[in-house]
Amino acid sequence: MHKYLLRRLLVIIPTLLGISVVLFSILALAPGDPFEELALNPNIPAEVRMNLRHQFGLDDPLPIRYLRWLTAMLHGDWGYSFVSRVNVQDLILQRLPTTLFVLGTAYVLALLIALPAGIISAVKPYSLFDQVATTLAFIGFSLPTFFTGLLFILLFSLHLDWLPFIYSTTIEVSGIAWVSEHLRQAAMPIAVLGLFEAASLTRFVRASMLDVIHQDFVTTARAKGLTERHTILVHVLRNGLIPVVTIVALQLPGIFTGAVITEQIFRVPGIGSLLITSIQSTDTPVVMAITFVYAILVVAFNLIADIVYGCLDPRIAYG
Amino acid sequence: MATHRSDAIAEPRPTQRVKVGEVYPARTLWSDAWRRYCRHRLAMVGTVVLVILSLSTLVGPLVYPKAIDEIDFAVKLEGPSLAHPFGTDDLGQDLLARVLYGGRISMAVGLAAMLIAILLGLVIGALAGFFGGVLDSVLMRLTDLFLSLPQLPLLLLVVFLFRDRMREGFGPELGLFLLIVGVIGGLRWMQPARLVRASFLALKEKEFVEAARCVGVPSAWLIVRHILPNALSPVIVAATLGVGSAIVAESSISFLGLGFPPDMPTWGRLLSDAKDYLDLAPHWALFPGLMIFLAVISINYIGDGLRDALDPRKIL
Repeated sequence: MHKYLLRRLLVIIPTLLGISVVLFSILALAPGDPFEELALNPNIPAEVRMNLRHQFGLDDPLPIRYLRWLTAMLHGDWGYSFVSRVNVQDLILQRLPTTLFVLGTAYVLALLIALPAGIISAVKPYSLFDQVATTLAFIGFSLPTFFTGLLFILLFSLHLDWLPFIYSTTIEVSGIAWVSEHLRQAAMPIAVLGLFEAASLTRFVRASMLDVIHQDFVTTARAKGLTERHTILVHVLRNGLIPVVTIVALQLPGIFTGAVITEQIFRVPGIGSLLITSIQSTDTPVVMAITFVYAILVVAFNLIADIVYGCLDPRIAYG
Repeated sequence: MATHRSDAIAEPRPTQRVKVGEVYPARTLWSDAWRRYCRHRLAMVGTVVLVILSLSTLVGPLVYPKAIDEIDFAVKLEGPSLAHPFGTDDLGQDLLARVLYGGRISMAVGLAAMLIAILLGLVIGALAGFFGGVLDSVLMRLTDLFLSLPQLPLLLLVVFLFRDRMREGFGPELGLFLLIVGVIGGLRWMQPARLVRASFLALKEKEFVEAARCVGVPSAWLIVRHILPNALSPVIVAATLGVGSAIVAESSISFLGLGFPPDMPTWGRLLSDAKDYLDLAPHWALFPGLMIFLAVISINYIGDGLRDALDPRKIL
């Protein structure tokens, strides 16, 4: 297991390097000059601009600029936001917990719905429950998050007036009221994200459980006299979950897509909404850093998925 | 998506009365697949809905008399009525006209982006699977790398950075279209590539390939003519589902205000404009949203039907 972990950790390095190369080249190939505004200002002579360019190393060859950028990133120096004049890493660290809270809770919600629903569907295929669950799952993952978000606002905020549709960071109550206010405002973003994930997960859980449920070792387990409950939950589930974990890991980049959109709809102050506002105000260092943070999150969650994978299937860890 | 498989429970074979002496038309692989497809009820419903949607976006703007940009403040934010079946937006523009016209762009983006993704996936997967060795490991590392890129942030970043240059190069509409299609397609080839590679790995060891090689068929012809047709079924399914996810991707960027401008009202763009008027004009958001949902769910059901139809393990 340790060896497996170590190997997995080592693979991260080239992946992150590759991502950084991709990001850097996109930015380097992009048209536009950070000192463009200075060029338009008649009070600033061209030499000053050239000196600035030289001072910031913009005239150096690309590989050198990449290495310099990489070392700065590794030292934790992610630059300044053009707009708010704050360190990028401070800005992101301030926003990251909210994003992770919403994402994490949504994912737990998705698992809480998808696992039981998928298992029951697979145990009794073509039953009424299965038909309803499968249809709902199909509808659920065909509804894009931006549309469900608007529908939720329409229904729960405007029509029923149950939930606030704007996430506020400054809630002026304390104690239990604070907790309940927080939950109330987080309810819709979490539900939108969680239900979407639950829908696609349910299908995967059902399909992979069905793949396993007809195999011989399951019959053997039943023949040994194990209870149906034990057979399904221990023998089938553990094997059925292996492909599900792979799919979950593969889908993660897509989940962040949903997260950016929900954050934007409900004005959740996470890194997703920061990304959108930074793009709109051409705040390149922030945009760059957030994209990289998303990449790191993807890689990190992939790693977690692989570890879970190793726990579920000992053949992988020792193989 | 590849793991979903219809259950192994066999459908009862219909008992057929075979008359002696009667000649039956030969049943080909594709006619069998078509027969199976027709039996998937929801896939058929999806096909009908999608055909209606595509026809109305293709023909609708030609038939429907109202312009997409006719501003009339007298009727702004009005709900559905006879004069404006889908209602109007904040400038009094007719929403049905905008939804029909925008659907054309949304669908075109979906199709074109999928084509790019599938082509890239086919080439990369075929090369990796057929030649193996160093080429395979390099291409597969590249695939893994692309799979761990955060899709939407990268889409937004690239569209935002290259938007102006593409507009200068190809004109404001075509430039943006090409850029969005290119980026969506360029970030979605990984799954088809993996599918194609897996099929190629299995197929290239088969006897018929060996036989073809023996009679001196060159590699390129071997790939295109002998292996590829046998590796197509999963690709067809992936391509179908790809159209849906590309439509959603385009709608997402437009929804976030970074895709198409208001004079190219794709469904996502319409939703984005509508979101600030939810209380006054919910119909504005509902109709384009419903269109995206209908298009995506019918595509998903079609993909599901195709998967069942093209799976040779499925008993007819």
